Amino acid sequence: MMAECVEEEETSVYVTGCEAAARAVIIAKPSVVAAYPITPQTEIVEKLSLFIGEGRHDCQFIAVESEHSALSACIGAASCGARTFTATSSHGLLYMAEMLYWAAIARLPIVMANANRALASGWNIWADHIDSLSQRDAGWIQFYTSTVQEVYDTILIAFRVAENEGVMLPVMVNLDGFLLTHINQPLRLVDETLYQEEFLDEINVPHALNLDSPHTLGTLISPSDNYRVQHDRKLGMERAKDVIKEAERDFLRLFGREYHPVMEYRSDDAEVLLLGMGTLAKEAEDAVDMMRFRGIKAGLLRLRQIRPFPDDEIIDAISRSPAEKLVIIDRDYSPGSGGILSQEVKTRLYDAGIVKEIVNVIAGVGGQDVSAEDMMEMVELERGEHWWGI
Amino acid sequence: MVLVFVMSADKFKDRHGFWTNTIAREEYILKGNSSCPGCTAMIALRHIFKAAGPDTFVLVGACCAVVCEGVYPNTCMALPTLDTAFACTAAMASGVRAAVTDRGINVIAIAGDGGTVDIGIQALSGAIERNTDFLYVCYDNEAYGNTGMQRSGSTPFGASTTTTPFGKKEDKKDIAAIVGAHNIPYMATACPSYPMDLERKVKRALSIEGPKFLHVLTPCPPGWRISADKGVEVGRLAVRSCSFFLYEMENRELFMSKPSIDAMKNPIPLRDYLSVQGRFSRMSEEDMKLAQEKVNANIAYYREVCGI
Amino acid sequence: MGDIIEIRFHSRGGQGGATAAKILGMAAFFDGKYSTSLSVYGAERRGAALISGTRISDTEIRRYSSIKSPDYVVILDPVLVEISDVTEGTNEDTIFLMNNGGECPLVLEDYILYSVDATSISLDLGLKVAGMPVLNTPMLGALARLGIVKQSSLKRAIRKIYADTRNIRASEMAYERVVKVQNRRSILEESEELEEEAYERLEEAV
Repeated sequence: MMAECVEEEETSVYVTGCEAAARAVIIAKPSVVAAYPITPQTEIVEKLSLFIGEGRHDCQFIAVESEHSALSACIGAASCGARTFTATSSHGLLYMAEMLYWAAIARLPIVMANANRALASGWNIWADHIDSLSQRDAGWIQFYTSTVQEVYDTILIAFRVAENEGVMLPVMVNLDGFLLTHINQPLRLVDETLYQEEFLDEINVPHALNLDSPHTLGTLISPSDNYRVQHDRKLGMERAKDVIKEAERDFLRLFGREYHPVMEYRSDDAEVLLLGMGTLAKEAEDAVDMMRFRGIKAGLLRLRQIRPFPDDEIIDAISRSPAEKLVIIDRDYSPGSGGILSQEVKTRLYDAGIVKEIVNVIAGVGGQDVSAEDMMEMVELERGEHWWGI
Repeated sequence: MVLVFVMSADKFKDRHGFWTNTIAREEYILKGNSSCPGCTAMIALRHIFKAAGPDTFVLVGACCAVVCEGVYPNTCMALPTLDTAFACTAAMASGVRAAVTDRGINVIAIAGDGGTVDIGIQALSGAIERNTDFLYVCYDNEAYGNTGMQRSGSTPFGASTTTTPFGKKEDKKDIAAIVGAHNIPYMATACPSYPMDLERKVKRALSIEGPKFLHVLTPCPPGWRISADKGVEVGRLAVRSCSFFLYEMENRELFMSKPSIDAMKNPIPLRDYLSVQGRFSRMSEEDMKLAQEKVNANIAYYREVCGI
Repeated sequence: MGDIIEIRFHSRGGQGGATAAKILGMAAFFDGKYSTSLSVYGAERRGAALISGTRISDTEIRRYSSIKSPDYVVILDPVLVEISDVTEGTNEDTIFLMNNGGECPLVLEDYILYSVDATSISLDLGLKVAGMPVLNTPMLGALARLGIVKQSSLKRAIRKIYADTRNIRASEMAYERVVKVQNRRSILEESEELEEEAYERLEEAV
């Protein structure tokens, strides 16, 4: 009994990234969760079915027979106006690919956690960003997180962004497989009542199916109408930029933790800038501090979202810093083209007329162990693409 | 076409007390839909929705029925309708049912034979296993009609399609048996040539909680190469030749429907059913005989099961 | 970038090595510190060699890469000394804690080595999971004795993870029973101390 009492008063806990994700979902109170197990995401689903089974939250858990069906079930429920959540990883995400596009084009505010993991052939269950980056054109808002706390907070923010009337787009919250899904870290919990009353409104899907005025969703569409629909989705994605910033501001005001589309770390006076996403970019903070200790003025830009791409923030951060050299670390690779994050950044630099020495390091793919010490060596590399450790 | 009989006689009630002689006036598939002339699938859907009534959410998988709805912003559907991707109709239905929990509201998923027996079979199996409270309707025109008649797992032996130009060598997949193996609370086969029978089965299905399955044979005039006014007639020939059996199964007990009981007593030759369709025109005498033998074996099987 | 204490656990699947890292991290968290703990997973297989680790610091830990130079190495199963590279990345200050009867394996001759017979403690208490003695909670009890976390915090963390209170008892017994093993290093230290004492005495005399 004693232990239970203590449990209820807890304001911080020591949990894995998966459990943090599940705890955030329960606070947002979705009415439908559909999911299929896949390593290293499974614990999210296990914890959710436990929480729902314990009666912590009244929700329908649909244990589907594939990821394709997991997202399909969410699409079905969201089309009727329900708040929905699912989680997947790697092959599961790609098995969903058809429905990823479907969900975004249908403008359904589904929230999904994706444990970033490499792709077979040759089974590899470790961290790699290629799964979600391969789906960056699907029309989902994509966040990348770097701590257990950030996983939790970002999922809480994701529901509000997805359900914003001007946005109405699905949101994918990415967390590095094992490195974040399975690591245990301290987690500060939010005040649930405050979240539900002050931060997240009741869901309202304006085009939800209903019996009062029956309409059809998803029938044939002509080229000219399809063009309009695609353009409208673009506008939704553009509006998301401000909606995300507003949500992050409100989150700071209510819960005291600060997030921005681009997280800057000692970049203002940096002579060399590291740029990356996820846990690698968190460990890079150590690299920056160590370099500074040795007299190298290093800085770091960590991207928290790749869709919508934070054009203004990245250009602003890069132009404010005197750095001439940009070391972009890609935990992904597009064969025949290059690191995906690097290409994304270079495009924006070109548009803004900024020329920098760009070093593109392919590192950490397939769970490759990359440390802050490695990153200190990366800043020594010259312009062009480099494969770390080869 | 709106037929309304009102006769208070018990002979028009089925064994569950449902009226079998009334067809609702209301139309849920509106005029002006873009189906081919003589499409029996649309006749089937028209009766299915009449039987279901206005408190119904509909899902339509990728199939002819989506095309028949019309082009945005038009729709022929007067019920809330969600069009789905090819493989996931049943899974999306699970999602709709999770959001629409009121038992008084029906959830009906519609898919063609390809979307059911081929690409959609995994999602269908999952939804039934999860006890999703919905009615799944497979309307079977025995090929991928929407894409121009390619063979499906449901195309019968001997039928020519654009991917079996010399006739299909394999048998039709027995989807009813596959679904039946899930211990489904209710399943039935039907044909729009027998609209009363079809509507009665829909009503019975919707009165039961849990997953229900309806397999409807819908002759396709362009695909089967018959004239547009012959769809209903060819459907009758399918039943009367015992190429297609009309029955219900509740908790694993099989009830043969009246038209099939009659047909089993005195079936017409299969040739009478096949020879009116262009798709069987290349069938050899030998294959015709083989097909008849298969039908005979089925008749013998069902006679034993039903004690007829 | 405060000082980080790094603890590496060597265990075999099913012995609770991954949970050991978590409980230790949680105990440090209860001590008011920041900590992270993670296993290097493969597919889940019982009996396979497994490495897990805990990092403890007064400030936020931003490290996700593997532990390269552990301050402590904990060996749950003595057989791992033969089949795994338990000394990888270690230095002369690395402290080893082993589950055995107090012997010193050859590879650890040059290290600081502590020992506790965790297997016997669990067997005595009848503390088994799926037929195998529980090794992680007694080993953690011994670690608390080495001063990494407070014993009270450890017990609180164990209670949070395991319902069976014998785990607490096992950690207490190990806390009492852990011993420093006599090996080449300690003999060397001893002789150095003696030498120093003799030198000091000599100086005094002068």
